Amino acid sequence: MNTEQQKKIYQQYIKEVTPSHNIWMNMLKAFFVGGLICLIGQILMHWFLSMNMSKEEAGSWVSVCLIGASILLTSFHLFGSIAKFGGAGVLVPITGFANSVAAPAIEYKKEGQVFGIGVNIFTISGPVILYGIFSSWVLGILYYVLQMTGIMGGM
Amino acid sequence: MEYVIAFLVGGAICAVVQLLMDKTKLMPGRIMVLLVVTGAVLGSIGIYEPFTEWAGAGASVPLLGFGNVLWKGVKKGVETEGLLGLIKGGLSASSAGISAALIFGYLASIFSKPKMKK
Repeated sequence: MNTEQQKKIYQQYIKEVTPSHNIWMNMLKAFFVGGLICLIGQILMHWFLSMNMSKEEAGSWVSVCLIGASILLTSFHLFGSIAKFGGAGVLVPITGFANSVAAPAIEYKKEGQVFGIGVNIFTISGPVILYGIFSSWVLGILYYVLQMTGIMGGM
Repeated sequence: MEYVIAFLVGGAICAVVQLLMDKTKLMPGRIMVLLVVTGAVLGSIGIYEPFTEWAGAGASVPLLGFGNVLWKGVKKGVETEGLLGLIKGGLSASSAGISAALIFGYLASIFSKPKMKK
């Protein structure tokens, strides 16, 4: 590869890296959309707590509702445009995880039940579940050892 | 007041991650993995649970909260079942979310058609 070509590639790279939108504007949108999703979560939380649920139960129900709602939006192809606007605002809440499960499953259904839907449903959620489970397991080992050796208080 | 805190805290977390995304160009998948693992770590050092007590859904709805739930499950598992709980805890605590996503996601793939590229 000659230097001329490298220069061209480098300039293209710079063009890609330089943000075309205002970062502050993106942050503001993410703040607003993300905040709104969490606000909905809080409203649901209160609603479930008012039904005499434990905090854990209510929290699980909030997750299930938000996941259900975002997958519904995904299946009507509405999630994409919200995500385009909200950026991290929809990606960071549990809604982003739900979309990452449903979207590739829908996208690849033509390739069959097993290698289309079955495999692709885990394209993004697989890594998330894997590293989540593994890291909490490692932290759990530390906790187990600390308890065994009596460094951390009794059970 | 709880609603205001949930909105502000949840929004702030998303804005910070947006900044991280714009600055580093990390793919969404990596961001999600990063958030969940960070949540588990913050949970294990005892920071995230008090934070959730204060911020409510503002802390539990972001994927950091999912990581914290995994950690809480492992912790509870260790305390009640020892080594077996260490293995069972994470998935037990997160089972509602993961299963709901898979079940609804599968149903969506049955009933929804892929979007035509424009």
